[in-house]
Amino acid sequence: MAIDAATVRKVAHLARIKTPEDRLEPLAKELNGILAWIEQLDEVDIDGVEPMTSNVAQAMRLRDDVVTDGGKVEAVLSNAPRSADGFFVVPKVVE
Amino acid sequence: MVSVTDKLIQGRTGSWEIVMGLEIHAQVASKAKLFSGAAVGFGAGPNEQVSLVDAGFPGMLPTLNKHCVEQAVRTGLGLNAQINKRSQFDRKNYFYPDLPTGYQISQLYFPIVGEGVVEVEAEDGSFFNVGIERLHLEQDAGKLIHDLSPTESYVDLNRAGTALMEIVSRPDIRSPEEAVAYVKKIRTILIYLGTCDGDMEKGNLRADVNVSVCREGGYARFKETGDFSHLGTRCEIKNVNSFRFISQAINYEARRQIEILEDGGKVDQETRLYDPTAGETRSMRSKEEAMDYRYFPDPDLLPLELEQAWIDGIKADLPELPDAKRRRLMADYGLSQYDAVVLISEQAKADYFEAAAKGRDAKLVSNWVTNEVSARLAADGRDFSDNPLPAAHVAELVELIETNVISSKIAKEVFDHVWNGEGSPSEVVEKHGLKQVTDTGAIEKAIDDIIAANPDKAAAVAEKPQALGWFVGQVMKATGGKANPAAVNDILKAKLGL
Amino acid sequence: MSDLTKLTLKAALDGLKARDFSSEEITRAFVANIDAANPTLNAFVVQTTDKALEMARASDARLAKGEGGALEGAPLGIKDLFCTQGVQTTAGSNMLRGFVPPYESTVTANLWADGAVMLGKLNMDEFAMGSSNETSAFGPVKNPWKSKTSNAELTPGGSSGGSASAVAGDLCLAATASDTGGSIRQPAAFTGTVGIKPTYGRASRFGMVAFASSLDQAGPITKTVEDAAILLRSMCSFDAKDATSLDIETPDWTQSLGKSVKGLRIGVPAEYVVDGMPAEIQALWDQGIAWLKAAGCEIVPISLPHTKYALPAYYIIAPAEASSNLARYDGMRFGHRAEGTSSLTDLYETSRAEGFGKEVQRRLTIGAYVLSAGFYDAYYVRALKVRRRIAEDFDNVWDKVDAIVTPSTPSAAFALGDKQIDPLQMYLNDIFTVTANLAGLPGISVPAGLDSGGLPLGLQVIGKALDEATVFQVASALEDAAGFVAKPEKWW
Ligand SMILES: [Mg+2]
Ligand SMILES: [Zn+2]
Repeated sequence: MAIDAATVRKVAHLARIKTPEDRLEPLAKELNGILAWIEQLDEVDIDGVEPMTSNVAQAMRLRDDVVTDGGKVEAVLSNAPRSADGFFVVPKVVE
Repeated sequence: MVSVTDKLIQGRTGSWEIVMGLEIHAQVASKAKLFSGAAVGFGAGPNEQVSLVDAGFPGMLPTLNKHCVEQAVRTGLGLNAQINKRSQFDRKNYFYPDLPTGYQISQLYFPIVGEGVVEVEAEDGSFFNVGIERLHLEQDAGKLIHDLSPTESYVDLNRAGTALMEIVSRPDIRSPEEAVAYVKKIRTILIYLGTCDGDMEKGNLRADVNVSVCREGGYARFKETGDFSHLGTRCEIKNVNSFRFISQAINYEARRQIEILEDGGKVDQETRLYDPTAGETRSMRSKEEAMDYRYFPDPDLLPLELEQAWIDGIKADLPELPDAKRRRLMADYGLSQYDAVVLISEQAKADYFEAAAKGRDAKLVSNWVTNEVSARLAADGRDFSDNPLPAAHVAELVELIETNVISSKIAKEVFDHVWNGEGSPSEVVEKHGLKQVTDTGAIEKAIDDIIAANPDKAAAVAEKPQALGWFVGQVMKATGGKANPAAVNDILKAKLGL
Repeated sequence: MSDLTKLTLKAALDGLKARDFSSEEITRAFVANIDAANPTLNAFVVQTTDKALEMARASDARLAKGEGGALEGAPLGIKDLFCTQGVQTTAGSNMLRGFVPPYESTVTANLWADGAVMLGKLNMDEFAMGSSNETSAFGPVKNPWKSKTSNAELTPGGSSGGSASAVAGDLCLAATASDTGGSIRQPAAFTGTVGIKPTYGRASRFGMVAFASSLDQAGPITKTVEDAAILLRSMCSFDAKDATSLDIETPDWTQSLGKSVKGLRIGVPAEYVVDGMPAEIQALWDQGIAWLKAAGCEIVPISLPHTKYALPAYYIIAPAEASSNLARYDGMRFGHRAEGTSSLTDLYETSRAEGFGKEVQRRLTIGAYVLSAGFYDAYYVRALKVRRRIAEDFDNVWDKVDAIVTPSTPSAAFALGDKQIDPLQMYLNDIFTVTANLAGLPGISVPAGLDSGGLPLGLQVIGKALDEATVFQVASALEDAAGFVAKPEKWW
């Protein structure tokens, strides 16, 4: 499954990382190297194996429906690059 | 010109069918959010109901609200659906300023609720079934405000992280009317269950409508083969939040697709938005730049496991649901399907009816509840859950009619006084002297006077029996409407020799 | 008085309790060391001296009344992955430069509740992605150790390079660290210190900047096994705020130390003999086995057949999780926002290109790729299945052995700049450690010897889930047998 420059462009966009055109080829080469190494996993017999998503062999705990948080606008906005009147402010979003 | 009639649409080149599947997003009725302890609600100041978990701060982790899980299970049971004892939360990854973590926690691979079926009443009184594919829990996003600045957008995360149930139907819906009826039915069920308040104005219930059109017979072929290609290419109209808009959006979208196809074009699979002011749908994004959401199990969470006993406990606690109530009202009270359907559309209305109908003429009670009481409430902008008129008053009013104390006509006047808070129906009848005159002597006297004053009319009535009505009217007028109509009729007939 | 900064955590706690010296005194001694060393070693990215002295004085007041917690008055360094309220937390990234959390991580909150003193925040690979500390936006950390045969500056390992360097260089009594694929144990091995990654779920991840949620686990880097037992206990707790936190008691692991290992069955996995492993690593491993045998352990050859697939599986799972975990760094609510961008997409892409370093970008790209449509099953799901095979490998030997001993790393510390060209070479650093992360098992690295250049080497002990007690018991036996006392010669 070799990656070409177009794929790198697409994936970099998915990851929202600006990647200059002249970086696409070298990145493709680099990623192909890593993926080729990763593909040794194809050797493993995984028939009937459940994917292992967690190391914790227990069911999820549930919390009560009680309001315990909120009312901290100042903290929420304290690191905002821009905020006004209690809102985060971002560049105009065109829908 | 394309015209939409029921399930077949006549185009220039032949008949078409519409096929729809709906995704309803229903906000779970809960105090706190799905994965954080911040409050859920409407009307707080910007970012007041936001925890650092909701805002996606580094190192913040989700913890699951038990009540939201319970509400999803309740809803699943109410939709006659499979409850999955093991489900899982997945991340749906995409970037948008209203999505703080860059992913929505949802359930793709193993939803909490699986297949179910909902019976829906069509406008003509017939029923159709809509298959439920799944119901899953997920987080809502925040809100972007565009009109506070010409150059910037403002972000309010109060809504971010609120629990939603996404109810996904099978493509079993065949007309705009069916789509509306289906959403109404789901909404009614949710309100009965108490799992969502159904407030569409606040956006607490909204629908994504997947519309496609195909040539006549396409749906039947799909049903036979399970092959979606018979249904045509679908477009998803996002976030339609009123019954009227659902119907308008579908009508527009079906026409649009048919016109494209009849012009020899091809419908693009895309997400569209309904613009109510323009009355049209427009493209949001096409398949070309279709989102690649990169769903994968959320590693901050563990599988959700439910015990059968817990599910059984929720099941035992379910209220009577609309379909069961409809059947029972018809069986126990002898109501027509039409009356029963009108009564169950609102749980409180049906309860009100039952409270008033005990031992009374149920049809009469139903008429009063669905006509007079409903109309007064609507005029006041209320519904049955905040009805100021005790059901006992309706019962008493019907009893007064049944026992001939007042006539049906006078009952309307009595009701006016009762609605105005002047007391119970019998108190009003007493106070205003509205009791029906059943004293035949008084009635006879009035009739004699009228015949004496109108000998020509009395003579003519033998040939024209329908003129009797004129005499009845005169007697009622003379008695201030209080004469018993049956007694008036009988005595008149005797005196006029009919 | 002798140099307080050379004390072990245990000795310092005893001295503080006995009022041999005050917390303020030992804190000042460390501050002086940091001031002198940090321009060279670059272990601290933030010094919180005022806060440290304030905390020290509060500790002294409690100690004077005969009160105080398990870490009362002990000056520690905190890996910059742990959010600390009011103190800049960056995870080694320009993306978070200037970020001041309005909250405290559970791990550090536990430390402060036990009376510890915070000296500052420790340098690390950016978002914990790296094995040499060279991906930090604050520049590489230097290893206090140098080879006898070269004057080259060496890596302290990573990603907890700042933690390891600070402990080895006597800039703090002990430090917090975190381990996703080996980021505690590899730097410990490279610096002659002890590092333990506990069972997944022992330490809360709340307030710890996430790299790969299903693998990340906090743990200490310390001077001795005993210190590790003390600090780990304070760090661990059940935390309802973390869905993966285990609701269990945290034992007093110091009880396991010095306990005879006679009769313990020690597994030696055949698959950990890897191609091109230096003879010195094999010799150290053999030595460790011999020590344990001499102490009465039964040595059991075992097979963990899927070992070689652990690293490639890790390089799917960790980047995949990271690509999602790091999506929140978008320049909207906190962190770096690029200037002068032309559209929303441009803002996202430029902010992230400017904020993230090369290795982070590389991994986020791989992560997005392996999760993308058409590749999810082929890469991600397959890796999760291989992960289960790896976990099953361990499950299959626990009826035969009580613990497993392996080398910690395939080499001693290497020179800064040495492995930057080829990411795969860098990834191989975690070859012995990553299995414990995938399987969620506790693993410790103990300094056990020196290579021919006089650089420290570590042995790793892996135990059953939740059986840190046996891990500590075996580690303590190795520590006793090795008698590792070497210290880096001060050159900074
Ligand atoms: Mg949807
Ligand atoms: Zn949804």
